[in-house]
Amino acid sequence: MAAGAPADTTQSIATFEAAARGIIGAENIRASTSEDRVSGTQPQLIVSPGGEQQLAQVLKAANDANLAVIPRGGGTKLAWGNAPQRADVILSTARLNAIVEHAHSDLTVTVEAGCTLKQLSETLARENQRLALDALWTSRATVGGILSTNDSGALRLRFGSLRDLVIGITLALPDGTLAKSGGKVVKNVAGYDLPKLVTGALGTLGVITQATFRLHPTPKESRTVSCLARDAREAQRFVLAIQDSKLAHSALQIRFIESLHPQIDVLFEATEAGCAAQAEQLKQILAPAAVIDSGPAVWKARQELYSEAIANSESSVLAKISVLPTQIAEAYEVLTKSATESRIRFSAVFYAIGLGTIYLAGARADLAALLQNLRSKIEQLGGSLVIAHSPDAMPQLDAWGNAGNALPLMRAVKQQFDPKSTLNPSRFVGGI
Amino acid sequence: MNPDLATRFREIVGPRGLITSAEELRTYECDGLTNFRVMPLGVLLPENTAQVQALLKLCHANKIPFVARGSGTGLSGGALPIENGIVISLTRMNRILEIDIPNARVVVEPGVINLDVTGRVLPQEYFYAPDPSSQSVCSIGGNVAENSGGAHCLKYGFTTTHVLGLEVVLPDGSLVHLGGKSLDAPGYDLAGVFVGSEGTLGVATQIILRIVKRPECVQTLLAAFPSTNEAGAAVSGIIAAGMLPAAIEMMDNLAIQAAEAAVHANYPNCGALLIVELDGPFAEVESLMKHVDAICREHGASEIRVAQSETERALVWKGRKAAFAAMGRISPNYIVQDGVIPRTALPQVMSEINRLSKETGVRVANVFHAGDGNLHPLVLYDRRIAGQEEAAEALSYKILEICIAAGGSITGEHGVGEDKKRAMSKMFSEPDLETMQRVRCAFDPLQLSNPGKVFPRPRLCGEKPGKYVPHALETAGIAERF
Repeated sequence: MAAGAPADTTQSIATFEAAARGIIGAENIRASTSEDRVSGTQPQLIVSPGGEQQLAQVLKAANDANLAVIPRGGGTKLAWGNAPQRADVILSTARLNAIVEHAHSDLTVTVEAGCTLKQLSETLARENQRLALDALWTSRATVGGILSTNDSGALRLRFGSLRDLVIGITLALPDGTLAKSGGKVVKNVAGYDLPKLVTGALGTLGVITQATFRLHPTPKESRTVSCLARDAREAQRFVLAIQDSKLAHSALQIRFIESLHPQIDVLFEATEAGCAAQAEQLKQILAPAAVIDSGPAVWKARQELYSEAIANSESSVLAKISVLPTQIAEAYEVLTKSATESRIRFSAVFYAIGLGTIYLAGARADLAALLQNLRSKIEQLGGSLVIAHSPDAMPQLDAWGNAGNALPLMRAVKQQFDPKSTLNPSRFVGGI
Repeated sequence: MNPDLATRFREIVGPRGLITSAEELRTYECDGLTNFRVMPLGVLLPENTAQVQALLKLCHANKIPFVARGSGTGLSGGALPIENGIVISLTRMNRILEIDIPNARVVVEPGVINLDVTGRVLPQEYFYAPDPSSQSVCSIGGNVAENSGGAHCLKYGFTTTHVLGLEVVLPDGSLVHLGGKSLDAPGYDLAGVFVGSEGTLGVATQIILRIVKRPECVQTLLAAFPSTNEAGAAVSGIIAAGMLPAAIEMMDNLAIQAAEAAVHANYPNCGALLIVELDGPFAEVESLMKHVDAICREHGASEIRVAQSETERALVWKGRKAAFAAMGRISPNYIVQDGVIPRTALPQVMSEINRLSKETGVRVANVFHAGDGNLHPLVLYDRRIAGQEEAAEALSYKILEICIAAGGSITGEHGVGEDKKRAMSKMFSEPDLETMQRVRCAFDPLQLSNPGKVFPRPRLCGEKPGKYVPHALETAGIAERF
């Protein structure tokens, strides 16, 4: 879509801007620049409310003016999802960045949506605690953004994903409602679990203004050990053996780098004695393969694939694959076969729980064809393939794939929360 | 029930699938919370998903409210029938459909008993982690409805942590699949919303569960303290030391006495008892258990024992899990409360409860999941003595208010159901409750699925939150609305 807005949008923008000025002041409204583009579409205005009431009011004003709103935290994952059909206003959470309460004795923290993960982690580290989530781009990624995109890394194997860590949220709806759900205690079944509903909803139901998380103690010791497998089948066998063992590892991944041997990495977080004993047990499980101490750098593998995709944004794709743990080798072989046939370079990291991150580089037309083919095969396995980054000039592929037979129900949920499709229109599954 | 309707129900479930006689219906008039009782029109016993779909379609067409029911062990009246409604009992849908050990998944029907899942995967040394005290009789479907917890959810999480996918019949009879065997299915996490929705969003007919490998080593420590204050301080000490035990349970003297009378768990007679269970690799548990022992001594534990055998360990848990039922030994009637508080508020909340107990003369026994601040005060009374029941109910409600004031919750694992609807308005504001009910309106616009539960006031789903004005692009046919 061109940046130039239709005539009636210009009028709506003016109406909205006047209202927004009254709510947050002119100094917190600015015109967009090309830096603010969202998958090729440049919105008109950037608004930065200073509190959750302001955010709810400004969102309502945009909704009243029939404008499309793109919520934005650090902007690190703004390319995820489909390109918006409309994008008029960016609603920035940058000024909502306070750590409201770190109840360290209760192992919980309440934090505003615009707080970066880095800032949060530094605060928690003072009490030897952490949010057990290794997300992407932690120095810029915000709490609201990681929740909305359901980002998670290798630690998920042990600590679960955000759905298992978030215990409460405050949500601003397009009609101006500001609602809390969940609470500040880890165990709580009062009312519907809206924290889970909005986790991974890509901001299409409401704007998260605040979240409460359960925390974990920082481990006393951690140790990363690695080993090489002959091929994908052996790598999968190793991973399944470790998963079926009595080790209490925190993370387990397979790194596939082009034609090299797959490497398996295991993270232990425990007491010194616990780490040592488990590393020894692991050697027995994987014998005769050689297990060596490798170090924490291997856990950056996923981030590196994302960074590479961004550096090479015109001719590469970054996608997330989900299959069952026993299907990792098969998924990887399908990938290898079709990528080799179409002369596409690729690397992949698969976590033992069946989640893979794949990086593909090659000609755009070849990439699109490969993704389509790969997705259909992964979906036949019962899994999914979601595209996070792709060249702007490769728009014909839906980012999400098949959302299954609950799609009408998802649309009904969207209709209840955001009947005018104000928030991130058409960016989510099935055109939601 | 009118004969025409009964005929149509029988056409779906067969003559043995419909109960209408008054004496048989009596079994279904309440769940584990027996002070609420309602006679349903009838009880339906479907045997498969197709029958559930047909039943819900019939209910939808005739606007008949329904309540799904598992084993009926719930403690909040979640399975309490609706007047002029039917009960759908899922007990005949009790097959374990698939056991997939390499992927650690089990697929079950809703009537499968919680403990039977573990029973089936025990030979491969796996277990199903959520362990409500009623686990030998409660059903997975009921666990899903209530998002049941248990003593070990401190480390392992709740039912919602272990449900990966669901087959659900929506209140209009349509079938949907939420989540799935593999993780992160594209779209909203509706499985996450369905779990814990207390039967208000539809009927689950298949559930994909995650199972967990049994740890290499489990050690259970019993520590006797002079009072709940010292025991509570020890709990804080354990958490502050950076440990995450599998379970930390606390019982006060009254609860200990009752458990002893009921199952002879061989508990020390003390002011407060802590049960701390550590599990994991042997070397790890060994080293941490020493630390726990030291922390307990530091906080004044007079006696510390570590269960020396699986039999001893089982006995320790038997006493704890029998604690509710054991109240019958020391009081004719009792109310089980389920409040949650931030763990650090324990001493203050306990002294508040004790003060109220003394003031009103109503005895309160306390059983806690101390690690996560989930309190189960058992408010004791004798129905035969005039005024006692009212006094007990008033105190029980007051305890919830104390929990809310401490920043906690009115329910940690038993659910809101019929029992705590009123308290929802204390914990949440009107916009909070109204927003939750938007989900209800999407799943069940006619509000036929367990109506009147959870929320103090239903939201009218016909309400349009605002006047809809199409965007210019939509009118022009460029953009499409869903």
